[in-house]
Amino acid sequence: MGLTFALLGAALAALLAGIGSAKGVGLAGQAAAGLVTEDPSQFGKALVLQLLPGTQGIYGLLVAFLTMSQIGIIGNPVEVSTLKGLLYLIACLPIAIVGLLSAIHQGKTSVASIGVIAKKPDQFGKAMIFPAMVETYAILALLVSILAVFGVNGLNL
Amino acid sequence: MSENQYTYAVARIRSKELGLLNNQFLEQLLAAKSYGECLKLLADKGWGGDEHLTAEEILMREREKTWSLIGELVDDLSVFDVFLYANDYHNLKAAIKLVCSGQEEHGNIFLSQATIPPEQVLEAVRTHAFGDLPEHMRETAQEAFESLLHTKDGQLCDLIVDRGALDAIHQTGKQATNELLRLYAEITVAAADIKIAVRAQKTGKPLDLIKRALAPCDTLDVDRLAYAAVGGVDAICAYLEGTSYADAVPELKTSPSAFERWCDNLLIRKIKPQQYNAFTIGPLAAYILARENEIKTVRIILSGKLNHLSEESIRERLREMYV
Repeated sequence: MGLTFALLGAALAALLAGIGSAKGVGLAGQAAAGLVTEDPSQFGKALVLQLLPGTQGIYGLLVAFLTMSQIGIIGNPVEVSTLKGLLYLIACLPIAIVGLLSAIHQGKTSVASIGVIAKKPDQFGKAMIFPAMVETYAILALLVSILAVFGVNGLNL
Repeated sequence: MSENQYTYAVARIRSKELGLLNNQFLEQLLAAKSYGECLKLLADKGWGGDEHLTAEEILMREREKTWSLIGELVDDLSVFDVFLYANDYHNLKAAIKLVCSGQEEHGNIFLSQATIPPEQVLEAVRTHAFGDLPEHMRETAQEAFESLLHTKDGQLCDLIVDRGALDAIHQTGKQATNELLRLYAEITVAAADIKIAVRAQKTGKPLDLIKRALAPCDTLDVDRLAYAAVGGVDAICAYLEGTSYADAVPELKTSPSAFERWCDNLLIRKIKPQQYNAFTIGPLAAYILARENEIKTVRIILSGKLNHLSEESIRERLREMYV
């Protein structure tokens, strides 16, 4: 039962953060395509802004991978108690939920920043800061999830 | 409808906004020594190009460019019908007068940017098949046609068609989901009502005719406006003082063209925030209005230059620009 809960946590981390990134990157990609239609020279800048919401998916994958390696889905099989499994599930939630929401919002901010470079291509640096700010919260959630996953592993439950 | 549906389109429009005329360019146009120099400056901006087009042809081509771009970006252009109803009803008016006068079509009296082809309007009027017209236009078309046929009163025909156009714009605006489209419809109808009231007052039209001409809208009480129009220009101004058009009163007292300029500027100021909107259909609608506004402004400058008006005289007729 513990293994089921822990694997559910890993799956949620990969699923929700991945869905958020797909939405964010997709949205920013539409705006990037619109900009490049009119000004193909902006491809590089538009691509960077499109990729920014993609990191949450990677964070989710990282936490899922770590969790799976701790519970023996990857590598040597280990015994996971129900309580420990539940704790792994909880540990995965920060990056799962924050990843989903922050990627969508980061995608929207990237769209707005693509609007900035459409009108003022020389302001790319400033335009990139706005979606990058959203990243802060995904990183914080990733940090909490990683610390929690390692912390749960050290518990003797 | 998803708010993200227009993300691609808005990004393209953002790029296109770079090509809109700004105040600096208008100053250059104003400073041009001649009409020919104005055309040259416009050609440098991509208006007209190398071909030898007349000013009106250049402006028509610019309008076609706008609608061709919007046609690429939006699957269903009917969301912008509210912008084209004025042209539809202009075509209806032209078709009715052409048929009733028994003349052959000479020159291009129809506007091509419309929700229904002008030929279809002309055919429907010619064959009296008003059922072939869009629903909002049928009753107006029949009434205006019969009125002109029986009374030979061109002004009454114009009044009926203009009222039909305003009603169609108002109805479509009310049903629009986008705030900007609703705002456009409201300002257009209210401004038209005020202009009708002022004109009717100056020409001494009777109350029943004024009431018939004024189209209901949300920001004006048309009954009070009609009574004010009978009472005189001061009564109109006194009534408007209590409405959201109070700022327009000094302009109205100056001249009808000053009031028209105030209305155009009001609309441009209201749509300016769309420059910072990355989603929804609002920026597309704002772009269409901005293009119409610059076409109108360029027409004012060109006709001013052609008629050798002073720079100051042209300047006071200029509209505010979107960018």
